[in-house]
Amino acid sequence: MRAIATGLFTDEAEPRLIGGKDRETGRIVFPCPAASTYEPVPLSREGSLWSYTVQRYRPKTPPYAGPEAFKPWVVAYVELPGEVIVEAPLYGVAFEDLKIGMPVRFAPAPLNPEDEGSVFIPAFEPAGDAA
Amino acid sequence: MSGDVCIVGIGIHPFGRTDGLSGVDQGVFAVRQALADAGVEWPQVQFAYGSSDAAGNPDTMVDRLGLTGMQFINVRNGCAAGGSALFSAQMAIKSGEFELGLAVGFDKHPRGAFNALPSEYNLPDWYGEMGQMVTTQFFAAKIMRYMSMFGISQESLGRVAEKAFRNAVHAPHAWRRQPVALEDILAAPLVSDPYTKYMFCSPAEGGVALILASEKKARELGKPLIRLKAATMRTRPPSSFEVFAPSVDVVADDTRPRGTASRIASADAFRLAGIGPGDIDVAQLQDTEAGAEIMHMAENGFCADGEQEKWLADGHTEIGGALPVNTDGGCLACGEPIGASGLRQVFENVVQLRGDGGGRQVPNSPKTAYSHVYGAPGVSAVTILER
Repeated sequence: MRAIATGLFTDEAEPRLIGGKDRETGRIVFPCPAASTYEPVPLSREGSLWSYTVQRYRPKTPPYAGPEAFKPWVVAYVELPGEVIVEAPLYGVAFEDLKIGMPVRFAPAPLNPEDEGSVFIPAFEPAGDAA
Repeated sequence: MSGDVCIVGIGIHPFGRTDGLSGVDQGVFAVRQALADAGVEWPQVQFAYGSSDAAGNPDTMVDRLGLTGMQFINVRNGCAAGGSALFSAQMAIKSGEFELGLAVGFDKHPRGAFNALPSEYNLPDWYGEMGQMVTTQFFAAKIMRYMSMFGISQESLGRVAEKAFRNAVHAPHAWRRQPVALEDILAAPLVSDPYTKYMFCSPAEGGVALILASEKKARELGKPLIRLKAATMRTRPPSSFEVFAPSVDVVADDTRPRGTASRIASADAFRLAGIGPGDIDVAQLQDTEAGAEIMHMAENGFCADGEQEKWLADGHTEIGGALPVNTDGGCLACGEPIGASGLRQVFENVVQLRGDGGGRQVPNSPKTAYSHVYGAPGVSAVTILER
């Protein structure tokens, strides 16, 4: 699995997002800034849907590098408890089943599912009862 | 300086699309109209602050207006650019250094959604490659959570858009001046859930100019005194939720709305003006999308979170309501030329305070007027006018 950029998630069998913990305040942000004042920390795989929308039109290229054939996707903000809220696509759920608070799990996904060599991007999928 | 800074002249180039006319052209058009309205000549104008995001440097307009050698400072400050120009202009007069000056804003954006690049916002390239460099995603996600927390319906979003197009029918400077029925707004294609296409404003073109004077100078000019009681510009507090945010802070109590630049700018403006939200007779609130107007009603202190549902159903924010909001159709009907948009709100407020609103005039001679803008990456500007 080749990530869209280095330092976004761990290369474990089940990857985790890498956040940046401010060495002074303990505040966690994503992605981890390059500055030495931030310590890279793996984030929780499990979280809950904090808010969302559905991207219904193809974003302009550049900068968007996804497939030409456009399919709407869920833009999710996922709360990783006690850590940080991160923005990423949420796949594998029908739009009408989306509910703020639903449990989700980190699951990197190809930017272009039709392309076997596609880079992987941070993404989530339903977890628990919602799966 | 004793007394208040006053707005003595206003001018506007109609918003929308004007092929063949550059952004600067539209700014110059607005300045000439404002000069005529104030009854002053260009050489009398001692200084200017000009805002434009995408249509070139405002100070180039001295070529067209006259090379008087005057001070002209360009302002770029995202969606708060116009408000920042006005803030700066009033400070120049308040300082006692000047007595007559100009705040001008114009813009001309390409068609379609704003196309920001990650590097302009200090973000990594992958953020844009994934398709997240899209402003509408943030606006939609913000209202989605707000609706869930405070019981706001999609129908209320539709009511805001319906009101905007209905008010704009009577605003000659507005872009979209045809009424659209509530059911058509709600049934239109979704752009970013829960927003349909009528619930987002579009990037546009236009120009606005305001001539400011010290109170002494305003009296000499014999103009009705429209006093700028407060003009504030503020940036975001910790843990706010902003456009282009790859991450947001977790907070201990997430059941209440978070702090915003708007809340700070608003509270500061009321403090400076020495009045409260209940004293305002007409308000122009940033409505780049229908939910923004709803959330900004609360962020600016006009109602509690969740009360908007009833306010809209009862028509409180209509022209004849308790607090008319966005009397010229706001950004939804006028579009958003970034450099000019905040100044349009103040233009509209001056029109209302003078009683020149025609079919959109707020009844019973309004005496106080409020304007508010918000934009990336968490900036806000507020003004309060009194006559």
